[in-house]
Amino acid sequence: MNREQALLAYVSRLGDNALILGQRMVELVAAYPELEEELANANFALDFIGQARMFYTYAGELEGKGRGEDDFAFLRDENEFRNILLIEQPNGHFGDSITKLVLFESFYLLLLEALKRCADQRVAEIAARAEKEIRYHLRHNTQWFLRLGDGTDESHERVQGSLDNLWQYTGEMFAADEIDQIFAASFNGPDLDAIHDQWMMNVTAIICEATLAQPGDGWMASGGKQGHHSEHLGYMIAEMQYLQRTHAGATW
Amino acid sequence: MTDKEWPLYEVFIRSKSGLSHRHAGSIHAADDQMALDAARDTYTRRSEGVSIWVVRSSQIVASDPADTAAFFEPAEDKIYRHPTFYEVPDGVENL
Repeated sequence: MNREQALLAYVSRLGDNALILGQRMVELVAAYPELEEELANANFALDFIGQARMFYTYAGELEGKGRGEDDFAFLRDENEFRNILLIEQPNGHFGDSITKLVLFESFYLLLLEALKRCADQRVAEIAARAEKEIRYHLRHNTQWFLRLGDGTDESHERVQGSLDNLWQYTGEMFAADEIDQIFAASFNGPDLDAIHDQWMMNVTAIICEATLAQPGDGWMASGGKQGHHSEHLGYMIAEMQYLQRTHAGATW
Repeated sequence: MTDKEWPLYEVFIRSKSGLSHRHAGSIHAADDQMALDAARDTYTRRSEGVSIWVVRSSQIVASDPADTAAFFEPAEDKIYRHPTFYEVPDGVENL
């Protein structure tokens, strides 16, 4: 794989993470217990979808085959999506959704900070814009995580369950593959080991403040970054792509 | 879930530096920090503001509609309180 191919794969993967998480959060629109949080969730979901559009548009330009953002989002199959497994997990209960977001966004914010300094100007610009959005998301979601962990006996117990269940999907975020390595070497991309150390410090502090028990080292799921997904992604993609697959080229 | 409603907060937004905060609406939140976030997410989505104040609605001391006559009507016939009796000299541009 040469550096151009790695850049394309890397940018496309950033788009996949943003789109799949955004789509997951869209499923909760009109299902939130409080109006104010409903709005916050919808705003956050649209932030992710906006980021996906920017990454996909750039990926289409890098590829040079005339594909645009919609082609990447709606006309690729499940195994062509290279998002991590964590974000395709079902929303579950409110504590599950919040825990997933805290674990992912704690990583994503560090990643975006590093991407701001990468050698590819377009990626750096998108990262600079996305970083501001994610910084607020994480602040908001962390507060919920603390409230749930340090809340009632029931909320504490349930969010501890969320954490124990989702922890196995965190290892994949830091497992560098060939694409990560080439992007790091050729474009001054993120050092995933360094990000892992910082993430662990930050997340440990949040878990501790939430009075929760940090899950120990254990088996970590992987495969999303290579296109091997859990059974949940296929259903999501089918719903997301239904309209474009049925009425090809449909527009507003 | 409990049936208990979160407290009501009033939201004040300053649209740009130099202007004063204006009442934008109200939101429900469990605590002050959540109220600030909810105000941001509800009332500044279209770049409406650069600063937000939130205050518990229960903390606002408001005039009683029953007092309207005593409170406000005495001012209605005090036209001398309006600065409309001055003649502006010619040539004064900024007054």
